[in-house]
Amino acid sequence: MPEMPEHHDEGSAIASTGAGGATDLAMSEAETLEKVPGGPDGTGPDKKARSLWSDAWHDLRRNPVFIISGLIILFLVVIAIWPQLIASGNPLDCDLSKAQEGSQPGHPFGFNGQGCDVYTRTVYGARASIQVGVLATLGVTLLGSVLGGLAGFYGGAWDGFLSRITDIFFAIPVVLGGLVLLSVVSNNSVWPVIGFMVLLGWPQISRIARGSVITAKQNDYVQAARALGASNSRMLLRHITPNAVAPVIVVATIALGTYISLEATLSFLGVGLKPPTVSWGIDISSASQYIRNAPHMLLWPAGALAVTVLAFIMLGDAVRDALDPKLR
Amino acid sequence: MGRYVIRRLLQMIPVFFGATLLIFLMVNVMGDPVAGLCGDRQCDPATAAQLKKEFGLDKPVWQQYLTYMGNVFTGDFGTAFNGQEVTELMANAFPVTIRLTLVAILFEIVIGISLGVLTGLKRGRPVDTTVLLLTLVVISVPTFVTGLLVQLLLGVKWKWIDPSVSSAATFDELIVPGLVLASVSLAYVTRLTRTSIAENKRADYVRTAVAKGLPRRRVITRHLLRNSLIPVVTFIGTDVGALMGGAIVTERIFNIHGVGYQLYQGILRQNTQTVVGFVTVLVLVFLVANLLVDLLYAVLDPRIRYA
Repeated sequence: MPEMPEHHDEGSAIASTGAGGATDLAMSEAETLEKVPGGPDGTGPDKKARSLWSDAWHDLRRNPVFIISGLIILFLVVIAIWPQLIASGNPLDCDLSKAQEGSQPGHPFGFNGQGCDVYTRTVYGARASIQVGVLATLGVTLLGSVLGGLAGFYGGAWDGFLSRITDIFFAIPVVLGGLVLLSVVSNNSVWPVIGFMVLLGWPQISRIARGSVITAKQNDYVQAARALGASNSRMLLRHITPNAVAPVIVVATIALGTYISLEATLSFLGVGLKPPTVSWGIDISSASQYIRNAPHMLLWPAGALAVTVLAFIMLGDAVRDALDPKLR
Repeated sequence: MGRYVIRRLLQMIPVFFGATLLIFLMVNVMGDPVAGLCGDRQCDPATAAQLKKEFGLDKPVWQQYLTYMGNVFTGDFGTAFNGQEVTELMANAFPVTIRLTLVAILFEIVIGISLGVLTGLKRGRPVDTTVLLLTLVVISVPTFVTGLLVQLLLGVKWKWIDPSVSSAATFDELIVPGLVLASVSLAYVTRLTRTSIAENKRADYVRTAVAKGLPRRRVITRHLLRNSLIPVVTFIGTDVGALMGGAIVTERIFNIHGVGYQLYQGILRQNTQTVVGFVTVLVLVFLVANLLVDLLYAVLDPRIRYA
């Protein structure tokens, strides 16, 4: 977590209004897992006041949910970058004579319908999921917070226009939009899927960012900065952004899990990632035809997918608990 | 009240046209609308040009959109790939999906809200922790995986249900698919209700109600629940559209011939008319559901007045 400058030390009160102003579901559905007893003990008179961020980090380090999900995500990121660390085989190396066979020495998860090793494919599948999840979240967060933040700061016609645009995007069901848009794309890299998610995902972040910027800009210190003659860009970067970013981070973390799930759903429907890309969604889709005879082909990639999504959602929950001072 | 409804209806108009235009552009500009008409082979250029002229596809896109919308408002949604009227497909598909969505929403309301009230009142107890963990797991497993597993266990292994739903798609056949469709939203409803109940439990009006000697049951149903339901109603209302769109996955797994099935076929066969027509109706459903939610607020919370 970045160290915040001194004058943001009263940050918890400020961010409290910021977090409360966001009306997203993920935010209003507060507190999920019980926090560890003890809580923040830095309020004593002899201790130096902490910023929201160091306070949140203090909380997170003691939260078992954060530690477990963090370790799972770290592991997933490592095998997404270097899958050969734990899987020596080649995921595209298949032997049709072994199709649908169960587990064997050296092949703990058995073989799939084309006779590829299910363990190797499950390990290599992490790459596509993590790539899509992380890049889509980055794109959505950047686009959404810039558009929403500027709309919230400047208001006026641009704000009204942007709000109508977000209304339009909210009216289109996501899976449906994905089917329509991606069914005409023949490129089989991860980029069309990421592009689609950014296109349909930014309004969610934009609404949150707009709300929290509007809350932050009404604070006294922003008025004071304006009175001292600070430029718009200085007020935005130095005073508003640091105090409005917390709700966006929370929603983005939870959204990361749902993007991974969405990628698998689209791949299952045949419009997401396409072979030879190795993806859990594709493997689950092809295994579903043999579900009666060889359920193991489905269970391993499905389990990996569920654990990955769970880890990101738990991480988002823990971050929200730490950043939302109302729950302290 | 009347003025509020009219203002909301007026606000819906640009959203409706924006969303349908967006889908129209996606389908028409990015895809090739005549490609699906020559079967699996590619159309030869002369035929393609002839077909384009016939359907007015050589005109600019905005003109095509205006023509299409003009037809839609006279009840003409065009013809599907097999010569059937799209309205005929809708008449067959929508009742099935509406039944499926009704089953799903019923599950959300009954199970979701009961679990939410239970856990909200017993916060921190083992019941609460267990249900919360369960909701996390349900949210993390994508619907298509839940659907396939349920189909494998209940349909194939234990033979409790038929793995695929008949074309009649009666209510009792739709119970399990409806539960699968509802599963993720059900978990969200549970968590929302729980948070809301736990927050309001300490409110002054609840203390007053208890102090004036009302029975516990009446305090919970008339005072606590009614005030806690506002965020839940919002969620369920916006979820109607998501459920009907998300039915694509559930309907594909259980072989239900509803809206999702028709849309999927339309997209596979690149049939513009079917896709745009169905999406137009879905967008309308979503907008009307949102309007109804806003009106429901006034029923739940009399302090809200619409001018």
